[in-house]
Amino acid sequence: MSDIFPRWTNKLPLRLLLGVLIVGSVATAGVTYYFTPKYTRVGYQPIQPVPFPHSVHADQLGLDCRYCHNGVEQSWYSNLPSANTCMNCHNQVLSADPRLALVRDSFQTGQPISWVQIHKTPDYVYFNHSVHVNRGVSCVHCHGPVDKMDEVYHAKSLSMSFCLDCHRDPASKIRPPEEVYNLNWVPPENFAKDKGAKFVHDWKVNASQNCSACHR
Amino acid sequence: MRYWLSFFLVIIVGAIAVIGIAGFQGGKSRKPPIEIFPDMDRQPKIRPQTGSSFFSDGKASRVALLGTIARGSHYLDTPLVTGQLTGSTNFVDVMPLAITAKLLARGRERYQISCLPCHGALADGNGITKKYGMAVVANLHDKRIVTQTDGELFKTITHGKNLMGGYGANIAIEDRWAIIAHLRTLQLARLGILADVPLDRRAGLK
Repeated sequence: MSDIFPRWTNKLPLRLLLGVLIVGSVATAGVTYYFTPKYTRVGYQPIQPVPFPHSVHADQLGLDCRYCHNGVEQSWYSNLPSANTCMNCHNQVLSADPRLALVRDSFQTGQPISWVQIHKTPDYVYFNHSVHVNRGVSCVHCHGPVDKMDEVYHAKSLSMSFCLDCHRDPASKIRPPEEVYNLNWVPPENFAKDKGAKFVHDWKVNASQNCSACHR
Repeated sequence: MRYWLSFFLVIIVGAIAVIGIAGFQGGKSRKPPIEIFPDMDRQPKIRPQTGSSFFSDGKASRVALLGTIARGSHYLDTPLVTGQLTGSTNFVDVMPLAITAKLLARGRERYQISCLPCHGALADGNGITKKYGMAVVANLHDKRIVTQTDGELFKTITHGKNLMGGYGANIAIEDRWAIIAHLRTLQLARLGILADVPLDRRAGLK
């Protein structure tokens, strides 16, 4: 029989098993690391038709988010401003700057600028901006430090587990309503335990974990 | 032994190649996210402020047709909506909303969102945009503005005036009135004299 199965085949099953284990764990590690929104979505930074720097407008000038995204408190989506809003200042500031040519065109013609959408939940996810910002969930939780970004990028994963982290423990992320648009607010020590829990109770925050809360 | 070495070498080279091509989590990318399992993530339905090839102008969000009014919006020719007496072009002297602490607080908040960048927190026309080239911003304590009726201020906020754009599309009707209420408190505070302050509060003044 030794002619058919040479001596080295004695160790073959063990070697095969080890090999499969090693290849399997490396592949699992790779899938875990790469097949997640933390990799696929985070860092997406498309080139926008107009190089609008949030860092200048929100941080340097201190504009409130709602100067432009004025519908966010009433609406399920946070609206982009029309060119009208831009021209309130840019009819005088940088009024001939070539970077703003598209804004001026849009203001003249009424044709919207084709901004590239960065944060896109799947179409079967019904995220409502107004209920979040009106109950003490800040822009920064989901969008990151937009006020510091020269070019906006996708900062958080916005995966389902990302949503559930907060929905399972809303007190940990909630903040006073007047600080929602202050992206630099740092909670005082023990805020979540003392005030956060009280907010959740007093405002009847129902951070539902039902499927139908978000999926319809 | 040689086999094991080459086996590990292949794995390590493979891992380095994958990391080299795919990079790390959080790396910046100009390309849209890969949707590994597309499921029903993108459905052929229209979302707000997106494009749509269905309409000839390519806009998914439709602009209201001339002569139509969106559901739930104000349409009556009343002082609340126009700032003018019904059926005339005369401005109302006093705002049609009752002044409450709630309205004033709302007005202060809305003023700080929409007006403060140019007119400044004190309404003296020294907003931050002045540094960036907004040359002509009205000082809202000027006599010509202090003496305007509430209705005229409402019209200015709604439709703009001179170089100031209209804010009718950005600020809701009730909020525009609330802003006027807040502006009146700022104006009153500047015009105030000692006699306006209640006796028991005067000690706190500097």
